[in-house]
Amino acid sequence: MTNATASGRERVNYLNAGYGVRSWLLTTDHKRIAILYLIGVTVFFAIGGLAAALIRLELLTPAGDVFQAETYNKIFTTHGVMMIFFFMIRGIPAVLGNFLVPLMIGAKDLAFPRLNLLSWYLYIIGGLIALWAVVHGGVDTGWTFYTPYSTVYSNGWVVVTAVGIFLAGFSSILTGLNFLVTIHTMRAPGMTWMRMPLFCWGMYATAIIQILGTPVIAITVLLVAAERLFHLGIFDPAQGGDPVLFQHLFWFYSHPAVYIMILPAMAVISELVTAFARKPIFGYKFIAGSSVAIAVLSFLVWGHHMFVSGQSVYAGLIFSILSFMVAIPSAIKVFNWTATLYKGSISYQTPLLYAIGFIGLFTFGGLTGLMLATLGLGIHVHDTYFIVAHFHYIMVGGTIMAYLGGLHYWWPKISGKMYPEYWSRVSAWVIFIGFNLTFFPQFIAGYLGMPRRYHAYPEEFQVLNVMSTSGASILGIGYLIPLVYFFWSMRYGKDAVDNPWGATGLEWQTPSPPPTENFPETPVVTGKPYDYVTAREEVAVG
Amino acid sequence: MTPLFPEQASTFAHNVDALYLFLIAVTAFFSLLIGALVVVFAIKYRRKATDEVALEVHESGLLEIVWTVIPFGLVLVMFFWGAKVFFQITRPPADSIEIYVTAKQWMWKLEHTDGRREMNELHVPVGQPVRLTMASEDVIHSFFVPAFRFKRDVVPGRFSTAWFEATKPGKYHLFCAEFCGTRHSNMIGWIYVMTPADYQAWLSGGTSGETLASAGAKRFVEQACNTCHGEQKGSRGPSLSGLYGRTVRMQSGQTLAADEAYIRESIVNPQAKLLEGYPPIMPTYQGLISEEGLLQLTAYIKSLSPAPASGGALAAPPAPSPERKSTKP
Amino acid sequence: MAEGSHAAAHDAHDAPRELRHHFVDMEAQQEASALGMWIFLVTEVLFFGGMFTAYVIYRASYTRAFEGASNLLDLKLGAFNTAVLILSSLTMALAVWAGQQGKKNLIVLFLTATILLGGTFLGVKVIEYKQKFVHHEVPGPHFVVPEGLPRQSEMFFSLYFCMTGLHALHMVIGIGLLLWLIARARRGDFTPRYNTPVDMVGLYWHFVDIVWIFLFPLLYLLGRHTL
Repeated sequence: MTNATASGRERVNYLNAGYGVRSWLLTTDHKRIAILYLIGVTVFFAIGGLAAALIRLELLTPAGDVFQAETYNKIFTTHGVMMIFFFMIRGIPAVLGNFLVPLMIGAKDLAFPRLNLLSWYLYIIGGLIALWAVVHGGVDTGWTFYTPYSTVYSNGWVVVTAVGIFLAGFSSILTGLNFLVTIHTMRAPGMTWMRMPLFCWGMYATAIIQILGTPVIAITVLLVAAERLFHLGIFDPAQGGDPVLFQHLFWFYSHPAVYIMILPAMAVISELVTAFARKPIFGYKFIAGSSVAIAVLSFLVWGHHMFVSGQSVYAGLIFSILSFMVAIPSAIKVFNWTATLYKGSISYQTPLLYAIGFIGLFTFGGLTGLMLATLGLGIHVHDTYFIVAHFHYIMVGGTIMAYLGGLHYWWPKISGKMYPEYWSRVSAWVIFIGFNLTFFPQFIAGYLGMPRRYHAYPEEFQVLNVMSTSGASILGIGYLIPLVYFFWSMRYGKDAVDNPWGATGLEWQTPSPPPTENFPETPVVTGKPYDYVTAREEVAVG
Repeated sequence: MTPLFPEQASTFAHNVDALYLFLIAVTAFFSLLIGALVVVFAIKYRRKATDEVALEVHESGLLEIVWTVIPFGLVLVMFFWGAKVFFQITRPPADSIEIYVTAKQWMWKLEHTDGRREMNELHVPVGQPVRLTMASEDVIHSFFVPAFRFKRDVVPGRFSTAWFEATKPGKYHLFCAEFCGTRHSNMIGWIYVMTPADYQAWLSGGTSGETLASAGAKRFVEQACNTCHGEQKGSRGPSLSGLYGRTVRMQSGQTLAADEAYIRESIVNPQAKLLEGYPPIMPTYQGLISEEGLLQLTAYIKSLSPAPASGGALAAPPAPSPERKSTKP
Repeated sequence: MAEGSHAAAHDAHDAPRELRHHFVDMEAQQEASALGMWIFLVTEVLFFGGMFTAYVIYRASYTRAFEGASNLLDLKLGAFNTAVLILSSLTMALAVWAGQQGKKNLIVLFLTATILLGGTFLGVKVIEYKQKFVHHEVPGPHFVVPEGLPRQSEMFFSLYFCMTGLHALHMVIGIGLLLWLIARARRGDFTPRYNTPVDMVGLYWHFVDIVWIFLFPLLYLLGRHTL
């Protein structure tokens, strides 16, 4: 097994295996498709991020003096739709999952490479359709599309956006289907379930949710579209429809959806922690099991979004207790990651910084989730900035940090180049600081009573909003820096060796970047996962 | 007002805040614990040589169990405490003042039983439970008073009921907390909590319009409800005197309390629950009567009952129509 | 799996031409295809499931309206269509069998029969839909509440059109897949060694049939006893 291979430029790898637009747009190589997704999610993240900047700009002052109310409503809807359906749901699975799952299990590709390409096209077309709606006037319903506002009263491009979301959902289903079949049937000889990297366990659990949950949002948005187009009354009370039925159907997917967003992030963190502590992960079985437990439990808690909607007290009690239960497996993971660091040999590379940031921010954000599950308390903070702060701690402080950590960790494998370590550390810190300054004040504003989706607000909330907007400016800069240096590294970065981190895992047994077929011969797995060499206590002195 | 908490101006504000403080304590404890451990480990076990290896650590099933059971126990405490506060929030006491609220884009219309109407403002006395029966004329809204820790969605197609008891005179924000369209952030107002003396003065000072119940009585005749729901024997429909608050029996054998939700449903979807002893001939008024009209009719029918117009026997949490359906065979 | 068989599977001369390069052997490929199709059908169950849920809930709320409106559907045509679909599942199963035998002409014959039966089903649905237009039973601005029924009968028709419409769309897609299979069968693609596509489309077709087996009683039969 060679450590130093010929530089990427000379050796044929998946990046230079073919040139020209057609070789990319008609590729079935999972690694190229991952790059296509990388471009897509980055573009949609930028659009969603721009919308966020505009929101924070408006909220600098209590009066609604930057945008008209309807425009503001369209901006926050765009932010939500773009970020959730076109960045968060797809991000880690479509970029890192697509690239790594076959490599990690010793396969040449996913089970259905052409379906993989189709999923990318569905994603792009769905995104362009949603973008068309934004450009031509937008939608002002919020990403949650509550009826009857969205079906009867809104004047925006609801149907067009619904179609875009439908396609993105279909794309997500195809990716999940691909991962499930691949992991079940294409693991290399000797790779039993208990030898599979935890990243794959995370992708597997995510895929379960994608398969079972996404079809429900698909039919729900189709029904909303049908109702608008044909004046049906399925959710319209004037015709006997029930707006709360919409909420049940919507949240039946949209709650598990948040686990589609966090399970892959946790999967990344498991890999980062063990690699940068250079130590077998603590509690492998428990981390793997908790991923599946989260996937299952996630389907049982959707009613905690509806504590004030008018469901019965008993429904409230049931959803509350179950929501507490779904938090436990996440806690188990956090403890196991922390234990992995104990007595490790820890290197402060950028991916580890992101992992540590994740553990802190996810723990804090997850605990605020317990506040929301608590019946008496959740009611007061529902639909306030407290909720906004909670989910941004998980999605941005959690998932996006994990995504960036993973991107940095596997960048040498993906691009064959190293990113500049100094700037990557700087941006990790800028992001961490900017993030906390943006979202922590929102907890306070929310408990004080500042409602969400407000274009203008009472003066007493201004100080907190100014803090939040300042943080957002810093956070925005923090995100721009990696964009610049990742591009830079593709041309000017140091060539990467096969295994720059000295990590275990089949992906590091291939050259950086790998050849199209991944492995010249199917590898055979014989060892435990993460079988780092460790020393006994008496030999290594502290 | 302290910079971190809104004023505590209702009987349950204090309980909600106490619960919140407990959760803050747990959050702070575990966040700091994990944060500290991670930072301490990262420093103590930092790699000092490129070829350094980690120390062997044995996995521990016992540890896994311990750090599963302890959080499990903690969340059970949170759940039960939260449920306790929740029961308080969802059970209006018997002697509540009734206020009827109609939400529409983008204003709140509030009506006292004596007919006094308010727009985007509500005057209530301190120390008196107030029960809101709310309807929406268009989309979902949400009645939110942070100082009371009170929030309840107002969903079109049903009545939503909730209660509070103010404990401190003052002026408190009222917000709409469910996105309802363009001027959602303008759908705000004030709750004025007054001493009993001031409240009496305010009540007598204003001009009362027609009461909700008498508007309802007019509508009852306009819609020809009285042609079937007469008092005389042989009327096609049951008499509505004394209906509100009574237990009624369905053809299926099921019994239930005749509350606002039952009255409303009987008007818009009379076939949903068929009363014992009467043929199912009542037409549905779905889409033919506005939400405000339904509130008026409900107030009128309530006024036909001798029982005080209050939570009373109906202090049970409001059960919206879809939930009720689940008890049908 | 022994090292030796890797080499054999990767040897271009021995590998069947249908074997995609990322699979170790045909068995793995078939296993993956089957698992993939079953998972896809699970997503379809949940897809239709959302509407079934809405139907069940509204039926419980508006029982008389739904029963009354259900009686307005043409039971004879519905029953006929059910028989047609079941028969088409038989012809599809026969096509799968023929595929396993590699009998090209029989495959084409049974696939064609399935298409004709599917087309018949769709034709009947067109007739039924047209009847609804004529009788103003299509929800929307031109809906007229049927005599003697509560207004919530419009909800029944909303769900009727959405559910049968989505089902019909799945049938159209199915027919498209069958045409594709016929083209491949005529080319001689299907042999006893390789007939997975026929098998997989068969699974899809049977699923679409089963959806109708649920739709028919729910939409056409509930409440007939009150006639």
